[in-house]
Amino acid sequence: MMRILAMLLLLGSVAAQAVIETYEFSSPELEERYQQLSAELRCPTCQNQTIADSNSLISQDLRKLLYEQLEAGKSDDEILAYLVERYGEFVRYRPDYDGATRILWLAPVGLLLLGVLIVFFVMRGRRPEAAGEENVLDTAQQERLDELLKQAEQDK
Amino acid sequence: MPARLKLFLPLILFVVLAGFLMRGLQLDPTALPSALIDQPLPAFSLTVLGSEKAIAREGVIGEVALFNVWATWCVSCRVEHPYLNKLSEAGVPIYGINYKDDDAAAVQWLEKLGDPYVLSIADRDGDLGLDLGVYGAPETYLVDAQGVVRYRHAGVVDERVWTTILEPIYRELGGEGGPG
Repeated sequence: MMRILAMLLLLGSVAAQAVIETYEFSSPELEERYQQLSAELRCPTCQNQTIADSNSLISQDLRKLLYEQLEAGKSDDEILAYLVERYGEFVRYRPDYDGATRILWLAPVGLLLLGVLIVFFVMRGRRPEAAGEENVLDTAQQERLDELLKQAEQDK
Repeated sequence: MPARLKLFLPLILFVVLAGFLMRGLQLDPTALPSALIDQPLPAFSLTVLGSEKAIAREGVIGEVALFNVWATWCVSCRVEHPYLNKLSEAGVPIYGINYKDDDAAAVQWLEKLGDPYVLSIADRDGDLGLDLGVYGAPETYLVDAQGVVRYRHAGVVDERVWTTILEPIYRELGGEGGPG
C-alpha cells in the first residue's frame, strides 16, 4: 500500500515537473535571451499568459521553437518577426513602434501632457487678476451702472 | 468656452468613455486576427495520411476548398465531424490537416466516423500548423483557387457557421456545391 502511494506521489511530481520543461542551452547568454523572449510573448490560446507561464500545447510548441531558433543562432528580431508572421502582432507584449501601435506608445505621454495642460489652465484661472477679467464691464454697462448709482444718490 | 458648457464636460467625457466600454463588452476577446489572410497557403512537403504518398502545396490547390485542422485528441473535432461529412457529400472539397496526431488512430477515426476529406495531410510534428499559425483544433481555412488563404475560422464548423460566415465567402470566390 505504502509502495503504491509512493509511486503515485512520484508520478504526481513527474507531472508537476512536466509543466514547464527546461532546456539545456549551449551558453548562459542564450538562456538569458530565452527567458526574456518567452516572458514577452503572449500565448495565443490562453490569453493574458506569457508562453513562459502557460501550460497549453501551443505554448510548449512555441517554447520548443524558441529554443531551437536560439540554438540555431537566430537574432531576437528574426525570431519575433517569424512569430508575428504566423500569429500576428498579437503575440507580442511589447509591440513594435510602427503604424497603429504608435497610438499605444504615445497615449501615456499624450495623456500626461493633457493633464499638465489642464492643471496649468486651472491654476491660471484661479489667479485673482485673471478672475477679474470676467467682471470687467463694457462701456454701455458702465454707463448704466453710473446712471443707477446717480439715481440712488438722488433718491436718498 | 462658456462656463455652462464647462460644467457639462465631465458628463460628456463619461458618455464617450461609456460608449467605448459598451463596445468593448461586445467584442470577443478570444477572436484573433489571422496573420495569414490574403497570404498564400504556406509551402510544405509531407505525406498523405494512411499512405506513403508525398504531398506538397501544389497537390492541394487549384479549386476553392476548405482546409480543416483536426486531430483525434481534439474533442470539438468529433462534434463538427458529422457536419463536415455533410458538406463533403454536398460537393464541398475539404482537405484535412491531421495535426500532431498518431497516424493509426487518425486512420481508425476516419474509418469509424466517415472521411469527409479529399485527403488528409499528415502533419505529425505540426510544422504546417505552425506555418499556418494554428493555435488549437479545430480550425478551418478557406483557400481560393490560386491557393491564397481568404478566411480562417477558429472553432467548430456547424450549419450556422457555414451559412452565415463561410458560405458567403465561399460563393464569392466561386466555390461549387454545398448543401442548398
